[in-house]
Amino acid sequence: MTTRTPQLVVGVGADLFADAVSGQAVEVTRVDWRPPMDGTAVDLAGVAGDPLRAAANEQALAAMLGVQALLVDVGPASEVLGLQEGEFLHAGPPIGWERTSGPLRGALMGGAALEGLVEDPEDAVALFEAGTSVSLEPCHHRGTVGPMAGVVTPSMWMFVLEDPATGRRTHCSLNEGLGKVLRYGAYAPDVLTRLRWMGDVLGPLLRTAVRAAGPVDVTGILTQMLQMGDEAHNRNRAGTLMLLRDLAPAMAMSGADSADVGESLRFVGANDHFFLNLAMPACKLALDAARGIEGSTMVVAMARNGTDFGIQVAGTGDEWFTGPAQVADGLYLGDHGPDDANPDIGDSAITETAGIGGFAMATAPAIVRLVGGTVPDALATTRRMHEITLGENPRWSVPILDFRGVPSGIDVTRVCRTGILPQINTGMAGRVAGTGQVGAGLVTPPAEIFPAALARLAERARERAAPRGAQASGARSL
Amino acid sequence: MTSSSPSHVELRPGAYADSVALLQVSRTLQQLSGVAAAQVAMATPLNVEVLTQMGFEVPEAATANDLVVAVRLTDDAPPDALGRAHAAMEAALATRTESASVEQAPSRTTASALRSAPADSLVLVSVPGPNALVEAIDAVEAGCDVMVFSDNMPLDDELALKHAAAERGVLVMGPDCGTSVLGGIGLGFANTTEPGPVGLVAASGTGAQQLLCLLDHAGVGVTHALGVGGRDLSAQVRGLSTRAALARLDADGSVELVVLVSKPPADDVATEIRAYADGLATPVELAFLGPGRPDLTAAAEATLRALGRDVPAWPVHEPSTAREPRGGHLRGLFVGGTLCDEAMLVAGAELGPIRSNIPLEAGLEVGSDLTADAHTMVDFGDDDLTAGRAHPMIDPTLRLEHLARVAADPSTGVILMDVVLGHAAEPDPAALLAPAIAATTQPVVVSVVGTSADPQGLDRQVAALVGAGAQVHLSNAGAARAAVALTLAGGAR
Repeated sequence: MTTRTPQLVVGVGADLFADAVSGQAVEVTRVDWRPPMDGTAVDLAGVAGDPLRAAANEQALAAMLGVQALLVDVGPASEVLGLQEGEFLHAGPPIGWERTSGPLRGALMGGAALEGLVEDPEDAVALFEAGTSVSLEPCHHRGTVGPMAGVVTPSMWMFVLEDPATGRRTHCSLNEGLGKVLRYGAYAPDVLTRLRWMGDVLGPLLRTAVRAAGPVDVTGILTQMLQMGDEAHNRNRAGTLMLLRDLAPAMAMSGADSADVGESLRFVGANDHFFLNLAMPACKLALDAARGIEGSTMVVAMARNGTDFGIQVAGTGDEWFTGPAQVADGLYLGDHGPDDANPDIGDSAITETAGIGGFAMATAPAIVRLVGGTVPDALATTRRMHEITLGENPRWSVPILDFRGVPSGIDVTRVCRTGILPQINTGMAGRVAGTGQVGAGLVTPPAEIFPAALARLAERARERAAPRGAQASGARSL
Repeated sequence: MTSSSPSHVELRPGAYADSVALLQVSRTLQQLSGVAAAQVAMATPLNVEVLTQMGFEVPEAATANDLVVAVRLTDDAPPDALGRAHAAMEAALATRTESASVEQAPSRTTASALRSAPADSLVLVSVPGPNALVEAIDAVEAGCDVMVFSDNMPLDDELALKHAAAERGVLVMGPDCGTSVLGGIGLGFANTTEPGPVGLVAASGTGAQQLLCLLDHAGVGVTHALGVGGRDLSAQVRGLSTRAALARLDADGSVELVVLVSKPPADDVATEIRAYADGLATPVELAFLGPGRPDLTAAAEATLRALGRDVPAWPVHEPSTAREPRGGHLRGLFVGGTLCDEAMLVAGAELGPIRSNIPLEAGLEVGSDLTADAHTMVDFGDDDLTAGRAHPMIDPTLRLEHLARVAADPSTGVILMDVVLGHAAEPDPAALLAPAIAATTQPVVVSVVGTSADPQGLDRQVAALVGAGAQVHLSNAGAARAAVALTLAGGAR
């Protein structure tokens, strides 16, 4: 290899040197460098110097991008997850009843009534306070994701997604619609009635249809809907209709009561967010493929339980790095205002973790108006997310950005270097249990969880390098 | 809200706007004076429920395809409040924010900037030392050569960077690399020279600049000058970049002779590097500067002889009126660390120990005010003096202040200085330095490290300094010898 006259010089740091090169008629690109997040410089250097990092991140990104998610079955959680009576799954990192927020409480209370553990949801409070006959566990720990409160109980019907290459599976409940629904913490009788109908009618009908029509390529629908104005978190309209297109014939021919079929088709078609509960487990299935890769700084989960916001990272095992969940900035339904909103909640940030949702804002400009933004804001948001991600998804592309792939693989080090936080599109639940949805908007994680994850990555890198490190620090410099 | 306050509900079949737009319209109406509550929404079951809870009566006939406009006025609302609310709603529904022109934000990391860069791009890092590895390794991982101007990079970071670079066949110039010239393009502080047969590998920025300028004066150009950073030949780094740079130049057909400039490496490292150089096809001149060894000017002369070129007389410009030596200490004020080192070696051999902020031996340190009652030489480019301010090649303030103090000191016999020209250096160093020299009374000797093609104009700079009363040399070692002679002539203490 020989050295040539450089065609382009990338300057990072003092402008003076970039100016001097530019003055010699060489093209110069200037990096808008700023100091990293407070207190991260040493850990950033430690992780940058980790010899495993580059290959580990390449492997993690490739693993995530290589997964095709198929909807292969629908079934009750008792069956597909082996969920036992008294076991409750919830969104976000682990949490005990005493720290749960209103919407998670409401959903747990409604879930307890749905399972017949109590007659009146209000009686469930004593049940959870005692904690002897019930247990709480994150969805993520059971191969599952749940939007908003994310409460899953044994009788709830679940989508089952599978990676055909490995047979790995992920799960998600069926979407109830908007407004007063369990996942937003509502537990009134009509909420429970709807859930029972979903278990009695909708779930079994979907199972029959999926089994008859064959697996549905969820990743493929995501590819298409991203070109149809959906970002697959706050906007799932095209995806929902494409799902109906794929399943409606088999539903119609299932032999089920035609009134039930009609009501099911109407229910799914009227619920713009029905496909969210397929987008989410598809994203989890892809991201789970990147878990447990030593040295990788890629985020594999972002999730909130209404109290804490947590992330998990490919190179740090199952550890959660948590901080206080923030309140979204957005628009409110009816008379509701910021004081009514609960802090951020739900596993649905798995979509952003996989490069869609807020990260694909450019493809769904309508969403940016949730905070009074403009179309250029949407384009800028997606471009900004490219600054904190490892690569692009060649399958999921954004037409308006010349079909550039969505920003994929959030890199803990790049978040700490730039201070740019992942942009999440989200719904807002009422702070008080039983309220339901109060609005929708945009939110970011608490900044401090990224330096915390970085510190652990640096610690692991140091431990691995310990023999050589000890030698180096014992040596004297000239 | 009171039940007596007037409510207005209106259905608009066939009108449609998405829910986000309608939430914004609703918010606009809610903020009008005289409006107690307002909601504009498609009449979906959910929205009807919301409206009902707000106390509005939505007509039974409403369907999800109808727009509902619901407004409740306050009791004291002005008579035209409803009309104004309507007008505001129409305006809000019709409002479109004009798209600003889409200007892309610059990249925030080196990795991001390199995504759209050609493969043979070069990265120039000058962020603070503790942050430099993170940017530099982005370049290495993208397969790009990188020059790290930053100093104060931790040793472990340097090792990690250079090991990663060695694995990928990428060249790391630095850290603490002040000067490189790649195919005629100067990076950092670099002089303008013609391409030529010499390849330079330098662990010292100003050392490389002195060689470039002396060779240029002799009519010999360089193919590339590759800086490797001051610590590359240490016992820890063991010449990782030096080897890579030597291999690059060896592979380059236009390089006839390689010159390696450095302080003397640790003994075993010197042996390794010598062995490595001996294994290359291209001859390598090792110029290790130190006590009892050839200075930079001697290294330039050896290079010229090895190429079969004549060694010219190095230019010396005398002032029209020579200042009389009057006795006292020699005081050196430098911007180049290697130039300061070289001057201490040359002067030390004649005058005895020289006190400095970068002394050749421990125990010869100057005080914190940079003075001592002795021969002294100060490197204003040393890390301790550049923390929190620009390098003296860019900002001469500190050296000019010190010059005034030294000149006013009756124990100062002779003043020795360097001026470094080239890319990135201050545009007209003589503009401030010449008047400052004119204000002194002692003999002043200056080495001007520059070429005739440098942006500052070598002749113009020399003329200004000579006009101010200085004796000006191209050779720094020559300047040091002249200063020693003047010091001895005046009667050194």
